[in-house]
Amino acid sequence: MIAAQTPILILLAPLFSGILITIFAQKSKNVAFFLLILGMVGSFSAACNVLLQVLQGSGPIHYRLGDWPPPFGIELVIDHLSGMVLFMVSGAALLTAIYSKHTVEVEIPDRIHHYYTLYTLLVSGLLGMVATGDVFNLYVLLEISALSSYALLARGRGLAYIATFKYIIIGTIGASFYLLGVGYLYIKTGTLNMADLSTMLATPEMHQSPSIKIGFIFIILGIWIKMAFFPLQGWLPNAYSCASTTTSCLIAPLMTKVSVYIMIRLMFSVFSADYIFKTLQWQQFMVWMACIAIVVGSVSALAQRNLKRMLCYIVVAEVGYMVGGVWLANSNGFSGAVYHIMSDVMMTLCLFMAVGAVIYKTGETSLEAMRGIFRRMPITAAAFLVGGFSIIGIPPTCGFFSKWYLITGAIETGQFHFVIALLFSSLINAILFFRIIEIGFFSPFDENGHGTHQVIVVNEAPAMMLVPMVISAASLIIIGLYTRFLMSNIVQWTIPVGL
Amino acid sequence: MDNVLTYIVSGYNYWAALILIMIGMYGMIAKNNLLKKVIGMSIFQSAIILFYISISYKSNASIPIIAHGHGVADHTAIDPNLYVNPLPHVLMLTAIVVGVATLGVALAVLQKIYRVHGTIEEDEILESIKE
Amino acid sequence: MDQIPFISATPALAILVSLAAVPLIVLSSKRPNLREFWTFAAGGIKLLLILSMAGWILAGNTHTYELWKILPGLSLKLKVDGFGMLFALVASALWIVTSVYSIGYMRDQKEHAQTRYFCFFAIALSATIGVAFAGNLLTLYLFYEMLSLSTYSLVTHHQDEEARGGGRKYLTYLLGTSIGLALPAMLITYNITGSLEFSSLGVFPEGVSKGMLILLLLMFVFGFSKAGLMPFHSWLPGAMVAPTPVSALLHAVAVVKVGVFSVLRIFTGIFGIDLLAAQDLNTIICIIASFTVIVSSCIALTQDNLKRRLAFSTIGQLAYIILGAGLASKLGVTGSMLHISMHAFGKITLFFCAGAIFVATGKKYISEMVGIGRRMPITMFAFFIGSLSIIGLPPTGGMISKLLMVRGAMEADMAWVLAVYLVSSFLNAAYFLPIVYKAFFCTEEESLFPQEYNEAPVCCWLPPVITATVSMILFFFPGLFLGFAQVMMSG
Repeated sequence: MIAAQTPILILLAPLFSGILITIFAQKSKNVAFFLLILGMVGSFSAACNVLLQVLQGSGPIHYRLGDWPPPFGIELVIDHLSGMVLFMVSGAALLTAIYSKHTVEVEIPDRIHHYYTLYTLLVSGLLGMVATGDVFNLYVLLEISALSSYALLARGRGLAYIATFKYIIIGTIGASFYLLGVGYLYIKTGTLNMADLSTMLATPEMHQSPSIKIGFIFIILGIWIKMAFFPLQGWLPNAYSCASTTTSCLIAPLMTKVSVYIMIRLMFSVFSADYIFKTLQWQQFMVWMACIAIVVGSVSALAQRNLKRMLCYIVVAEVGYMVGGVWLANSNGFSGAVYHIMSDVMMTLCLFMAVGAVIYKTGETSLEAMRGIFRRMPITAAAFLVGGFSIIGIPPTCGFFSKWYLITGAIETGQFHFVIALLFSSLINAILFFRIIEIGFFSPFDENGHGTHQVIVVNEAPAMMLVPMVISAASLIIIGLYTRFLMSNIVQWTIPVGL
Repeated sequence: MDNVLTYIVSGYNYWAALILIMIGMYGMIAKNNLLKKVIGMSIFQSAIILFYISISYKSNASIPIIAHGHGVADHTAIDPNLYVNPLPHVLMLTAIVVGVATLGVALAVLQKIYRVHGTIEEDEILESIKE
Repeated sequence: MDQIPFISATPALAILVSLAAVPLIVLSSKRPNLREFWTFAAGGIKLLLILSMAGWILAGNTHTYELWKILPGLSLKLKVDGFGMLFALVASALWIVTSVYSIGYMRDQKEHAQTRYFCFFAIALSATIGVAFAGNLLTLYLFYEMLSLSTYSLVTHHQDEEARGGGRKYLTYLLGTSIGLALPAMLITYNITGSLEFSSLGVFPEGVSKGMLILLLLMFVFGFSKAGLMPFHSWLPGAMVAPTPVSALLHAVAVVKVGVFSVLRIFTGIFGIDLLAAQDLNTIICIIASFTVIVSSCIALTQDNLKRRLAFSTIGQLAYIILGAGLASKLGVTGSMLHISMHAFGKITLFFCAGAIFVATGKKYISEMVGIGRRMPITMFAFFIGSLSIIGLPPTGGMISKLLMVRGAMEADMAWVLAVYLVSSFLNAAYFLPIVYKAFFCTEEESLFPQEYNEAPVCCWLPPVITATVSMILFFFPGLFLGFAQVMMSG
């Protein structure tokens, strides 16, 4: 029965295509591209299939690797949350793969097959992190995706090497903290399986145990480094903005979002809402941290003159949205955070793709590259606008509805500082994007301050770049319009017990 | 005073790991030379590996290989106290591989940095960026 | 319930028809006449669709149409009632008139990017009708934001430095207040009441503290800053950098009226007039609005740029409408609803005239318009009628609505509001009538206009004549609009 094996195919498809690319695609970049697409399509269709199974079936899918029963063997657990994230990650990876054709050929002229191999490894690592039900396996996959992302990021331009080096150091600290935390949990419980851990940790003695607390702190710190949560966000803008276009399109939307997913998974599937919100009681402090992250991210974005760096800081602020939403400790905030994972993948993907297309066509990376964009590259500009509106939170794009839930959650718990931070960030985002729209809309003025209205020739990016971009932009509106469907069919099922 | 000493001695493996972690962290954060940062990173990872290995230790236990384990018909319960815990060792094999890979990538990037900037001293690199 | 005499999706179609025209307009960008035909076709169909519902609404019915279930327990839906009809009818009728005017103005001025202009005009109209028919606060907010964004490119049409400044101010104020104030107010309301439906009884349950109500009220009133209440008014004069037809329709009719419409919806649908009166919240509204009325009229007196003077006059008149609603008496609210339509016809006439003067003579400043009445008698006569309507003198519609509001003030026992109305009417007269006087009555030597100036092209002077005539007709037959307002208040 192939249907029973689909969960593992999500991971294996990109992995095998990576191996095939190294072996067969040394000579031809077209073969490499073909194999990459093949792997991504395979992974995406398997993820679709699994998500459908989850939506139709009753309860999560457990897939035992090598048929070893848990808690001894490793298992993949696909429930509504991971099914949804798998779908988004594989979908975004597929879109980026299609998009990569032209930019990779320009930016990474030699050894494309190596680049694509790393690409597939990164994607399988990310997908594995989402699917796995074992905390140590999670570490290994975390490192697989981290290692391949180091290599991908290093193949950038400008200060890419030094930025990547810093990321390696910071990323290793993060992963090692995580491993250390897992060690503490293992000492106390003797198991690594998430479900098993969660039953063992549910006792009052465990709740009071300092070792568990320290383990939790190490794990969560490690994850925060990975997701660039304030004040550990310093590495992200440098590393991501120096990367090549495809790399940043792939990594910026996915890495942070998968890390947020990991945080949610560990908080609620290994530990419990009870433990975190009743025993630890950090929520006040955490929501304040999220507020600071949002404000710092937004304000720093405002200071940037480089398109990609600006987007990177927006990513930092968006991480604050999700962390804050989760730590609001109520169902609306949590729904908002989960929904935001979904929408933010697409928002950032759309924006990075649009900006990538502009950079591809103009060769400039500053805000000035957007000059005349509405006439020169109308489709790219439209996609950029939709992405921008979604980040600002204009209905009916999905960004509005994630804010809707987050703010509702914050109001319910009376954490008005989070409301203010969210609104503040919306306003800053509005300034950010309208500043760019102004640059795009107004041509340079003559000495009297009049527009010159020079004739600008349409010079749109190639179709291979436009199609994924338009799909991601359209998905923002579709996700927004189908909020009710997503909420009642997916997000609602992910709300953990105790919220 | 005795209490403190017993406390330290009873968990000396943790203290050792802790000290190594601190040394590693210090190297990664404070050192100016990027290669030293990589060395710090390596120490840091090794410390965690040692930490894991040490927790699998049991006094008076042997290596976890069950002699003549195969073909024995009666699966009598094995006393786990006779064997050290094999799982952390297995896990650490993976962690060692990960560590080596990280080290490899870091060194490769470091090489590139040296080629581009002509130095691996962080302050000199920062200065050259500013110019 | 009787069978409705139109298909149930009519309100949605009325919104969509101008959106549907957008691709057609883009496709026929090379053929201006065809392109403008689409605008008129869409405008005509829209008006007919809206009129098709008029009889049913006048008979005291309402019609609800669910667009889309967007959130659990909350859907995007349209509801046609008397107030929405009144506003939709005004906006769609004036769109057609403005389109005529736009063609005359844009072609005469040889403006660039006319296709873009007509496209965004159509989108803005869709958003306006969407606000008019919005069945709950979420829907209203959606169309409200859509309007802010789609009018940006109209406001900044000239794409010069001045336009950039005006556009910046425009969006800063509109987006800033709607995201910063209206959105959280909406969410807090939803959180307290669990509903965003408009209901004449209000949605707030017993026991919501007065402080919370005041806070929400202020957030809503200032959040919908298209209504131009001080201190969030200065986007309106700033947006006068737009081409005149844009100023005319959007800043005398669609955009600003959407603002007051939203505020009135909040008063009547979310708070409920009874609650406002019972909790004495209306006094706060009246104070804010009165302040705006008086101050903006005084500022208008000092403006020399005709369009800016009109803009400040608009701010004052918008505050009038809110003041009328703030009386929280049935007559007052009826009057303020009616004033939306009356002021629309009067003010658009004035803007059309200002544009016609600019087209014919290139003059923008009032001090340069001495004696212009002799060269452009038709335009200036229309201007005269328009200003009468704003002042509230017969024989124009403006008088009817002002009279109702004044009676509302007496009904509500708020004598000081009467004084505000009186003073502001004098101020209105003081800033409009001298323009007319100097335009007609001056000696040959004083006149700044030698022989060669003539009336603007027919496309530019006909629309103000039409709207001025409608203004006068409304004095004698206010029945239709009054009917809608009364239906709303009695239902």
